Amino acid sequence: MKRLDISLIAILLTALFALPAAAQVGNVYIHDPSTIVKCDGKYYTFGTGSGGLMSDDGWTWRDGAVRTGGGVAPDVIKIGDRYLVSYSAGYPGTEGKTRGVVTTVWTKTLDPESPDFGYSEPQLVAWAGADEDCWAIDPAFLMGPDGRLWLSYGTYFGAIRIVELDPKTGGRMPGNKAVDIAIDCEATALMYKDGWYYLLATHGTCCDGVNSTYNIVCGRSRSATGPYLDNVGRDMLRGGGRMVLSAGDRATGPGHFGLFVEEEGVEKMSFHYEADYNRSGRSVLAVRSLLWKNGWPVAADPFKEGTYEIESERRGYALELAVDFIRQQGGMRAFRINPDDPVVELEEQKLEEVQGGWPAGAIDVRAGDYMFRPHQKWTVTAVPDKGGYLGAPYYKITIAGTDRALAATEDGELVAVPAFTGADEQLWRIEQLTDGTFRILTKVTCKCGKQKALVCTGDSTVALGEFDFSSDNSKWNFRVR
Amino acid sequence: MLSHLIRRAAFAALVLSFFAVLPARAQELDLSYHQPVLEDYFVPASAAPAAPDADGFIRRWSLLEPIAKPEIRTNAIFNDSYLNEEFAKIYFPDQMTIVPKDGQKVKLDKKTKLTWHAYDSKHYNVKLYRFATGLGLHPTEALYLAVTVINVPEDVTVRLAVGSNSGSKWWVNGEEAILLSGDRRMVMDDCVSRKVTLKAGRNVLRGAVINGPGMSDFCIRLLDAAGRPYTNFTVTVQ
Repeated sequence: MKRLDISLIAILLTALFALPAAAQVGNVYIHDPSTIVKCDGKYYTFGTGSGGLMSDDGWTWRDGAVRTGGGVAPDVIKIGDRYLVSYSAGYPGTEGKTRGVVTTVWTKTLDPESPDFGYSEPQLVAWAGADEDCWAIDPAFLMGPDGRLWLSYGTYFGAIRIVELDPKTGGRMPGNKAVDIAIDCEATALMYKDGWYYLLATHGTCCDGVNSTYNIVCGRSRSATGPYLDNVGRDMLRGGGRMVLSAGDRATGPGHFGLFVEEEGVEKMSFHYEADYNRSGRSVLAVRSLLWKNGWPVAADPFKEGTYEIESERRGYALELAVDFIRQQGGMRAFRINPDDPVVELEEQKLEEVQGGWPAGAIDVRAGDYMFRPHQKWTVTAVPDKGGYLGAPYYKITIAGTDRALAATEDGELVAVPAFTGADEQLWRIEQLTDGTFRILTKVTCKCGKQKALVCTGDSTVALGEFDFSSDNSKWNFRVR
Repeated sequence: MLSHLIRRAAFAALVLSFFAVLPARAQELDLSYHQPVLEDYFVPASAAPAAPDADGFIRRWSLLEPIAKPEIRTNAIFNDSYLNEEFAKIYFPDQMTIVPKDGQKVKLDKKTKLTWHAYDSKHYNVKLYRFATGLGLHPTEALYLAVTVINVPEDVTVRLAVGSNSGSKWWVNGEEAILLSGDRRMVMDDCVSRKVTLKAGRNVLRGAVINGPGMSDFCIRLLDAAGRPYTNFTVTVQ
C-alpha cells in the first residue's frame, strides 16, 4: 500500500477540515512568553511586564503567576530543585551606559501561594554597551548535555550573543566572553538534540498586530557557541535560518519559541502569536507539537476535528468496530470488456446499510484492512468543557454519523459504547509525536497513575497499554482517504 | 529596517518605567566596551583592483553619505510601489550614471552637499549604519547609494544574489536587475536576480538601499549558472 507522507496528509487535512485552529483557553493574553515550565503539577509562563500565566492542565490558563523585576521577555529553567529566571530590565549603575542588561534570579518554587516562594536578588549576567552592535534583551537558557548552562540574548540591532552561566550560582561563568552567533533576529531560544545544538530565532516584524511578520527559524551547530548553520549551509551570522513556524490558522506573528518535553518522543513548543484573528487580534499564548524532519524541528499543524481512518503504525490496519464485514453488491467485474462500454461510479457503503446489524450494546474494537467502510470511519471532536493537556483539549472519538464512542472499560480494555456521555472514560488525549505519528491516550489514569495508550498487541488486536515511543505498537495516523 | 525596533524600544521603555524593580544594592560594574569606529568596518579602497572574497562577496564600494529621509517614521511603508517610486527619484543630475571618485561631492540642494567614499568592507557585508556613524552622520531614516565596477575577462551570464536591510534596488550597466521589497532584514542570498550578462571588461553595479529606524546593511555576490559563487572578476571603483 502506497502511503502518503506526513506533509501531504497535513495539506489534505488542512484543505478538507479548515476549522478554526485549536487554541489555549482562558486568559491566554501574553507577549514574549517564557519557556513553559511545570512546578508542583502546575504550568507557568511569564511574559513582558511583571506577571505571567499559570494553568492546572496546560490547556486552560489564568492570570496569577508572579515574577520579580518586570522588564521584557523573560525565560525560566529548572535546575535541581530551584528555578532560575532571567529577564531584561534595569540594573543600578547601568543607566545610560548600556543598550539592555540581562539579569537572573532564583526561586525555590513558582507557586506564589507557597511559603517557599520568593526571588533572590538579581545578578547581572550580560549587557551591551550603549553603542555596541547588540541589544541585550530576550534572554533564553539551555542546559547542555554536559551540564553547562548557556544563555542567548539579543535583538535585531546587531548580533545575538551567547554566554555561559554557572549553574550553581546562575551568575556569569568567570572569565566567560560573549560570542556572536546570529544576526537580524531576536527572541532566540536554544535546545539540544542528538548531538546538535539548535538556535531558534524569530525573524520578521514584531509588534504590528495582524501585520506582524514574525516567524520562527532555526539553525544548528555541533557547539553551543556555533557556528549555527541552516539547512542550506548558511550561517545564522549571515541571516540564515530554516522555517519552524510562520503565520497561519488565523493567527500571525509566531515568536519566542520555548521547548517543553513531555517525555521521549512527545515534545511541545510554546510561543506567542502577535495577533489571533479569533481574539480581537491580541497577542496570545500558543502551543504546538514539535516534529522532527531530517534532523530539523518543525511545528506540527494543530490537530483538526474531522472524520478519519485511524491507522496503526504497526501494520497499517484501521481501527474498527468488531462487527460483520458486509459485502457490497457485485464481486469481481470482467476486465476484458469492450472499453467503449459505459463507465459508472460505484457508491460507497452507507452507514444505514450496515448499522442495523450492529449489536446494540458495547462493541469490541479491533484493527483490520481499511476498506473505507462505516465501521472504520471515526469522527474526532473536541470536548472543550472537559479540560485538556498542554496544547489541546480532550476529544471524543465516535463512529462517523453515530454517537457510538470509543471508551476505556473499568478493567482497562477498549470498547465502543452505544452513546457518548461525556464520562472521562470516553475522552481521549491526542498528541502528535516527534516522528509525525500520533499517540492516543485515555483521560482516565490507571492505578499506576498513568494515562494508558491505544496499543496494538497484535496486527489486528488493539488494547490499552503503556505508551512506548520506541515501539510502533503505540503509534497511530489520522488519515483522510 | 525596522520600525518594530522603535516599537519594541518604546514598549520596553514603557514597561521598564512602570514595572522595573531595581535591586537595592548596586555592584561594582565594569561597563567598558569597544566603541565601534569606522575602521572596524571599512578601510579606504586601495588603488589595486580587489578580488571578491572567498565566498564571492563584493566588498569594494563607493558609498554616498546618506540622503536624509526624515519622513520615514516606520518601515511598514516599504511595499513594492513605495520603493519603486522612491528609487526612481533623482537627487542629483548624474545619479544613475555616475561612477564617482573618492571624495567627489554631489549637490542635492542649496544647503546639502554629500561626499562619495571609496571603501573596502572588512566584512562580507557592507554595514551602512556604521558607515554613517563612523563619519559622524545620522544613520537611520536614510537612503544610501552605492556604486562599484566589476571587471570580467569575457562575457559571462550571472545572477546577483542580494541581501539588504531594508528595501533596495540594484542596476547593472543601467538596467534594473532586482528589487528587494518590504521591511527586510539582510540575509545572505535572500533574493536572486534573473540572468544578467556582464560584458567583457568593465560593468557598473549600482544600488540604492533605504531604511527607516534600525540597522542598515547589504551583501552581494554573483552566482554562476549552477548557483555557485562566481569569482572570476576584479572590483574597482572606476
